[in-house]
Amino acid sequence: MDRLLVSPSPHLHSRTSTKVLMRDVVIALMPAVIVSVVFYGWKELLVLLTSVVSCMAVEHLVCKYLMHTRSTVGDWSAAVTGLLLALNLPYSTPWWIVLIGAVVSIGVAKMTFGGLGQNVFNPALVGRVFLLISFPTYMTHWEIPHGLFGIDAVTGSTPLGIIKEGLLQGGSTSEIMANNDYSWFDMTFANIGGTSGEVCAVAILVGFIYLCVRKVIKPWITISILATVAAVSAVFWAVDPAQFTPPLFNILSGGLLLGACFMATDYVTSPMSVKGGVIFGVGIGFITMMIRYFGSYPEGVSFAILIMNSTVPLLDRAFHQKKFGRA
Amino acid sequence: MGNRMTLFTKGFLKENPTFVLLLGMCPTLATTTSAVNGMSMGLATLFVLVMSNMVISAIAPVVPDKVHIPVYIVVIATFVTILQFVMQAFTPEMYKTLGLFIPLIVVNCIVLGRAEAFASRSGILDSALDGLGIGLGFTLSLTVIGMVREILGSGSVFGWKFISGDGMLVFVMAPGAFLALGYLMVLFNKISKKQ
Repeated sequence: MDRLLVSPSPHLHSRTSTKVLMRDVVIALMPAVIVSVVFYGWKELLVLLTSVVSCMAVEHLVCKYLMHTRSTVGDWSAAVTGLLLALNLPYSTPWWIVLIGAVVSIGVAKMTFGGLGQNVFNPALVGRVFLLISFPTYMTHWEIPHGLFGIDAVTGSTPLGIIKEGLLQGGSTSEIMANNDYSWFDMTFANIGGTSGEVCAVAILVGFIYLCVRKVIKPWITISILATVAAVSAVFWAVDPAQFTPPLFNILSGGLLLGACFMATDYVTSPMSVKGGVIFGVGIGFITMMIRYFGSYPEGVSFAILIMNSTVPLLDRAFHQKKFGRA
Repeated sequence: MGNRMTLFTKGFLKENPTFVLLLGMCPTLATTTSAVNGMSMGLATLFVLVMSNMVISAIAPVVPDKVHIPVYIVVIATFVTILQFVMQAFTPEMYKTLGLFIPLIVVNCIVLGRAEAFASRSGILDSALDGLGIGLGFTLSLTVIGMVREILGSGSVFGWKFISGDGMLVFVMAPGAFLALGYLMVLFNKISKKQ
């Protein structure tokens, strides 16, 4: 009789497990990974490999030698963190900076809090922000992609960076955009400077749709982020088009799509309920736009997500999901 | 004598003000951008701590209970003012670097805490030893934190640079202070638990 397990309802059995979910995220990231390797070449592949391998290695070593528990590398979550971290870095990042990023992501942001499920902040984003603040010269050194077999690389700033600098020098947004000739086509299909994961909007959206179909992520978070960004920038753009950038530009530029689709929707660091998730998304969208318009950094998605991550415990407490069987 | 010895040594490990009592966090986080800065802050606090401990233990029996905190603050503030003038005259560079955090020693919880918890009910020699021990413990902790932040943040030890260029800049900034303090505390607990 000892072997009978008594547990409260609901007695549901589903095939989902951390491993299956994380494998789906890896599959969903593949279009973005492939596009970034095609556009940036072997250097990008090196960054990706370094990041994934070192993230998994750090997790294994921490489990084995510091926590003395069974290694959790097998659940793929370290691999996902590694992929996301690599997609958040410029492809010209030296390997030792990627390694430091992996140690901070897994070692500091994840394992210090007790491993998967315990971390307050998105590990990959903590790694990225740590590197951004620590090594600003490497982290803001963008090269315009020239293809897998291209030889010459051109150094260029990201669209957001160019606009921020132009505004500081007293130009107006529309002039700067006209001077630099950003077509919507280029911005949608990878022809702009940026981190490897930022270049191709379509590749990220393909992954996002896959995750939604597989019901792995909560689409309302992504949608509320994008809607808020569009709404906030529409208002500011309508008031003063010379100083503020238009909505579509804001959605397609920078790391917004990558952040909204893959980082903000992370299971551990996003609210459980729909209401909580929408507030979470609106907060991220709003903070992102405030940093882009008024902050000293050109891009603010990663900061916005980390700031809103810290509100998740409160949002979870405030908006309980309705349980079945309760009047 | 053994008793007096533990009075002196407890500040280093068992009652380390930074890693065990978690007192004086504000100067700990703010002034440890380099080993020299951390050490200077520690030594400044050490001076105030020893002097105010001695004076307070001497005057404690005659201070009415109702006004004891204002009286202690005045004593502490006196020594901080002396320290401030001395530093301004002889080490103007360091005075500029530490800035506001020198006058803030007046409200440092270590100094007032030792006055309240120890000096007000102990002899002058004991209080001096207590101040010396706690103050040296504080100085040591701040120097270690400063050293870690300096090595990681600017790639130098006590101002001697061993890499060209910058280190991980985040360690010179506020978030680095929290990270360094947290992980050093983990290490400290690990070591002190083993003993």
